[in-house]
Amino acid sequence: MSVTADDVRRIARLARIAEPTDRIDTLVGELNGILDWIEMLNEVDVEGVEPMTTPVKFELPQRKDVVNDGDVRDKVLANAPKSDEGFFVVPKSVE
Amino acid sequence: MSDHTYRLTGETGDWEVVMGLEVHAQVVSKAKLFSGSATAFGGAPNTQVSLVDAAMPGMLPVINEEVVSQAVRTGLGMGSKINLYSRFDRKNYFYPDLPQGYQISQFEFPIVGEGELECEREDGSRFNVGIERLHLEQDAGKSIHDLDPNSTYVDLNRSGVALMEIVSKPYIRSPEEASAYVTKLRTLLRYLGTCGGDMEKGQLRADVNVSVCRPGDYEKFRDGGDDFSHLGTRCEIKNVNSLRFIRQASEYEARRQIEILEEGGKIDQETRLFDSVTGVTRSMRSKEEAHDYRYFPDPDLLPLELTEDFVDQIRSELPELPDAKRRRFVEDFGLSEYDAGVLVSDQSRAAYYEAVAAGRDPKLAANWVNNELFGRLNKESLGIGETPISADQLGKLVALISDKTISGKIAKDVFEILWTDGGDPARIVEDRGMKQVTDTGAIETVIDQLIADNPDQAAQVKEKPKTMGWFVGQVMKAMQGKANPQAVNEILRKKFEL
Repeated sequence: MSVTADDVRRIARLARIAEPTDRIDTLVGELNGILDWIEMLNEVDVEGVEPMTTPVKFELPQRKDVVNDGDVRDKVLANAPKSDEGFFVVPKSVE
Repeated sequence: MSDHTYRLTGETGDWEVVMGLEVHAQVVSKAKLFSGSATAFGGAPNTQVSLVDAAMPGMLPVINEEVVSQAVRTGLGMGSKINLYSRFDRKNYFYPDLPQGYQISQFEFPIVGEGELECEREDGSRFNVGIERLHLEQDAGKSIHDLDPNSTYVDLNRSGVALMEIVSKPYIRSPEEASAYVTKLRTLLRYLGTCGGDMEKGQLRADVNVSVCRPGDYEKFRDGGDDFSHLGTRCEIKNVNSLRFIRQASEYEARRQIEILEEGGKIDQETRLFDSVTGVTRSMRSKEEAHDYRYFPDPDLLPLELTEDFVDQIRSELPELPDAKRRRFVEDFGLSEYDAGVLVSDQSRAAYYEAVAAGRDPKLAANWVNNELFGRLNKESLGIGETPISADQLGKLVALISDKTISGKIAKDVFEILWTDGGDPARIVEDRGMKQVTDTGAIETVIDQLIADNPDQAAQVKEKPKTMGWFVGQVMKAMQGKANPQAVNEILRKKFEL
C-alpha cells in the first residue's frame, strides 16, 4: 500500500488542514516509509483469527436512563469564539 | 407485475419506480445515548448539553442501557434478527452542529438485522417491506439559519440524542407505498413505546431513495437475488418530515429522473433536498467530498454484547402489536378488516374501543366508536385523549340500543347530549322520556288513526307495497322517533295484509 501526492492533498482537505504545498513530496516519501514498515504485519498468518477490538476483556459499561448531567450552558459556551442568546454563532453554513 | 404496479408514462414508454427508505426514529428515553443530559423537547438553547455532548477533550461516552433495550424491543416488534454482538463506529465529517467531528453510529455490525413489515395500501390490499437493518446512532445539533443574515446559530440540545436508523430494502414500489410503510412503522413504534412518532417535532424523519426502471426490471432485480445491475441509479432525498412530503418528493423525483433519461441524459447518484414550498427536489451542492466518511471502530467504546436471556426477557414483555390486535378484533369480535384496521391504527383508540365493547355487542360498539365518535372527534380536530364522552358512557349507550331501550335514531340524540352536557345515558333517557315505545297497542292506535286520516295513501299501499315507507315515517314523526321501527313495520304489514 502506498499514497500519492493527490492522496496526501485529499487527506489534508478531509481533515480541514492547510494543504502542505511545499512539503508534499517529502510527506509522500515519509508516509510511504511508514506504510512500508507496517506492511510487515502482512507476514503474520491470521487465517481463522477473529479481529481483536480491544486487548482487555471488559464488558461495555452501561449507564441508567437518568438525567444527571447538562444544564451547564456557560461552561459549554466558554470556549466559543462567538455566542449570542445561548447559541453558538458560526459563519453562515448554508448557501 | 401485480394490479398495484405504479407506472409513470413518459415520451418513450412506461416507467416504474423503486424506492428504499432510511427512517430516523428518535428513541424514547430520558437521557441521551452516551450522556446523562436530558432529551426533552423545547429546552432553552444549549441547556441540555453535557461536556460529553459538546465533545470537550477527554470526555468519554457511556451507553444508556434503556436505549439498548428500546432498540432490541423495536427489532423484536419488526420480527427482526437481534444481533447479540454489535459495535459502534465513527462516521467522520465536519459540520457546525456536529461538535465531535464524527457521529457515533453502527456501520459494520448493527444491533438489529433483517426483518419484515406488513403494510397496507389505501384500498386495503397488503404488501411486505423487507427491513435490512436497524442501528443506533447519535443525532446532531440544530443549525438555525434565519436568526442572523451573516451567521448560523447552533443549539446542541439535540446533539447526542439516540436515534434508531431503520433501513428498508428497496422493495417499495410507489409514493403511496412509501407513505403506507412509514405509517405502519410509526404505529408499531408507538405501540412499542420506543419512539413518539411525532413528525412535526422531528421524532421521525425519512431519507427517501428513488430510482426508476422499465417494466420487468424490478422482477429481474428480485429474481437475481437483489441484483442491483437491473435497477437505475438512485438519488437520496434527505430529511423528509411528513407523509405528504414523502409522497410529493418521491413522485417529483421519479418524474425528474424520467425526463433526464428520456432526453438521453444519465442520473448522477447524489443527495437532494425537498423544498416543501415549491414541491421540487434540488441538489445539495458542495458536498463532493462529504461522502468519504472513513468509518472505523470507536476506540472509546467496547463492543455491545447481549445475552439470549436479556433478549428473551424483552420479548416476554412486548405488548400486543397492531397486526395481532387486528386479527383478534376480526376473529373474536367479527369486525370487518377495515373497521379493525381503523381501531388498531392507534393504541389508545383500540383501548377505548375495547372498553366500550366489553360485555356488549362488539360490532355495534365498533360502529359507534368508528363512525359517531371518531367522526365527531375529527370534525372538531380533537384527539382520542380529549374526547368529552368516556368509553364507559359510550358503552352504556350501546347497551341501551342493544336491549332495545332506545332506537338507533334516538341514540344519536343521546350522543349529542352526552357530547355537550355529559351525564349518565340511562338517566338521560329516563329523564327526557326518550325510551323506545315497544307497546304494540300504543303503536297500533297511532297507525289506525293515520290510516283513517289518509285513505288515499292507504289504498296506494295495496297497489304498491313499497309506498308503505311513507306510513313508517309518519308513525315515527307522530311518536317523536320513539317507536320501535321493527314493531311499526310488523303492525303495518299486518294491517295492509302484506
